[in-house]
Amino acid sequence: MTPHILIRSLDRGASAFLIAIAAIAILIPVLHLALPPTSPFHVPTYLISLFGKYACYALLALSIDLIWGFCGILSLGHGAFFALGGYAMGMYLMRQIGTRGVYADPILPDFMVFLNWKELPVYWYGFQYFPYAVLMVVLVPGALAFVFGWFAFRSRVTGVYLSIITQALTFALMLGFFRNNFGFGGNNGLTDFKDILGFNVQAESTRTALFSITCAALMLAFLLCRALITSKFGKVLIAIRDAEARARFLGYRVESYKLFVFTLSACMAGVAGALYVPQVGIINPSEFAPGNSIEAVIWVAVGGRGTLTGAVIGAVLVNYAKTFFTSGFLAPYWLFMLGALFVLVTLLLPRGIVGTMRHWNALRRDRASAAAEDGVREPLPAE
Amino acid sequence: MEALTSSLLYLNGVTVSFDGFKALNNLSFAIEAGEMRAIIGPNGAGKTTMMDVVTGKTRPDLGDVMFDGSYDLTRLDEAEIAELGIGRKFQKPTVFESQTVNDNLELALKSDRRARAALFWRESPDERRRIDQLLEIIRLTPVRHRLAGSLSHGQRQWLEIGMLLAQEPKLLLVDEPVAGMTDVETQQTAELLKEINRDRTVVVVEHDMAFVRELGVKVTCLHEGSVLAEGTIDQVSANERVVEVYLGR
Repeated sequence: MTPHILIRSLDRGASAFLIAIAAIAILIPVLHLALPPTSPFHVPTYLISLFGKYACYALLALSIDLIWGFCGILSLGHGAFFALGGYAMGMYLMRQIGTRGVYADPILPDFMVFLNWKELPVYWYGFQYFPYAVLMVVLVPGALAFVFGWFAFRSRVTGVYLSIITQALTFALMLGFFRNNFGFGGNNGLTDFKDILGFNVQAESTRTALFSITCAALMLAFLLCRALITSKFGKVLIAIRDAEARARFLGYRVESYKLFVFTLSACMAGVAGALYVPQVGIINPSEFAPGNSIEAVIWVAVGGRGTLTGAVIGAVLVNYAKTFFTSGFLAPYWLFMLGALFVLVTLLLPRGIVGTMRHWNALRRDRASAAAEDGVREPLPAE
Repeated sequence: MEALTSSLLYLNGVTVSFDGFKALNNLSFAIEAGEMRAIIGPNGAGKTTMMDVVTGKTRPDLGDVMFDGSYDLTRLDEAEIAELGIGRKFQKPTVFESQTVNDNLELALKSDRRARAALFWRESPDERRRIDQLLEIIRLTPVRHRLAGSLSHGQRQWLEIGMLLAQEPKLLLVDEPVAGMTDVETQQTAELLKEINRDRTVVVVEHDMAFVRELGVKVTCLHEGSVLAEGTIDQVSANERVVEVYLGR
């Protein structure tokens, strides 16, 4: 897609949203680096990492909104694509450790030495190269989504059945990655990272840069989603969401559309995971836990599905609440609160935050135009 | 390919059973190009199943379904059949409710249906003109920017017919187009269908006998999955077995 198409897809709300993210991407690092720690406006390092995490979650939420909000595909296994992207990045980071590991093996990561492995498994080849790792970050989740989607959409698996098998997919992957002989560090996962592209992952400047890069990725993904949904392709997606049989009888090959958007969404989730891992410093099989995927769906529901901006806002709000509540005496009750939040949003705010706001706006506009129509009969020109 | 039959749509010995129940039982009939045909029959006669078979939604257990002389519809799926030129209107009006009337027609306009084409599609002046024309035909020009979900029942029926026309099909299958319409709307719909029939073949499935009479076309009466009677509406409604089936002995 040309830049022209990307820009054409922006309306006022979308532009404002992009500007806000850009401002955050610049302002927070500036407040962190330029102000002395004594200043009340200084942003401490731990907050940078926290915000970076939120931005990764927002990107994951965006990828879910693209398929759920616009094409009606409710994936309860998107955490799997996130985690796969994370593992691909983690493998690169592991190979960067080199001789600085506990066992100081120049090639083998510590856990392999510990398991008495003599040589690197073939699927670990190439991960010492950053571009290769980046390629895998997109390719592995994308390929899995393509194969999975090819079978699921051709067999016309839809609705709750699709949700259940995506859930099974992430659960199966979790069990696999927990095994030591899978070659991904078993239940400990991959951790103890030293540096990324030669920069120390612990350094403040690296963390700050990672935060800004994540925001940039979020903006790019948002632009891509906007371009997609404002094109005719997007109209077909919505048509499939609202009346799949009608779309088929119009001659649209529904499975190709679903497959494309599902694969794209998985790639986005993979990028989110890859950005997440260097910022939190670890990736382990618990990222595949079915609960994670469901939580991500809740973010989108809270923010408002089919709105894109809502997905981002929902992800940040819910995670902020999570940070807030899990760090105090309320911690044991967080899961109950999350569940209650989902039930309440479904019952009272089915459109989510942004969706409800847009709905009110649309109602107001409708009322205004209806009043105008009453003023003048037959006001609509035939063009 | 050499044409195997001169008819536009040709069904021969079509049988469909669901768990032993024969929804279609050795059904055979033919529709000539340019014809308008009304299909009537009591509930459960197999009218909707017949449409499902023709449009590729249901595969028959037995029998042939030929289109345009050389295409075997039993081997194709919905999208392929739609591309061949068969449009279908559902019993319950099915339009894309969260999109505008204009977008509904745009989606239906005959065009390259592949995903890649849709990604890079730009509206051409010609397509714009086509949409304007269609809006005139279905009398929805004043509401072109309204969401389809906010239309009245009758307007939705017309929008769906407009979407069918936008596909430029050779054959239109129309399932109960006047169900739930007012008398005026019914009358207008009859006129609309006659107008469409000038350059397209139309098959109308209908319950409303007055409407079928209004259309004034050849009638096929189905019962228990096969053809019971065929002829003009007067011939068919004078047929003893038809009366028996409709009035229940």
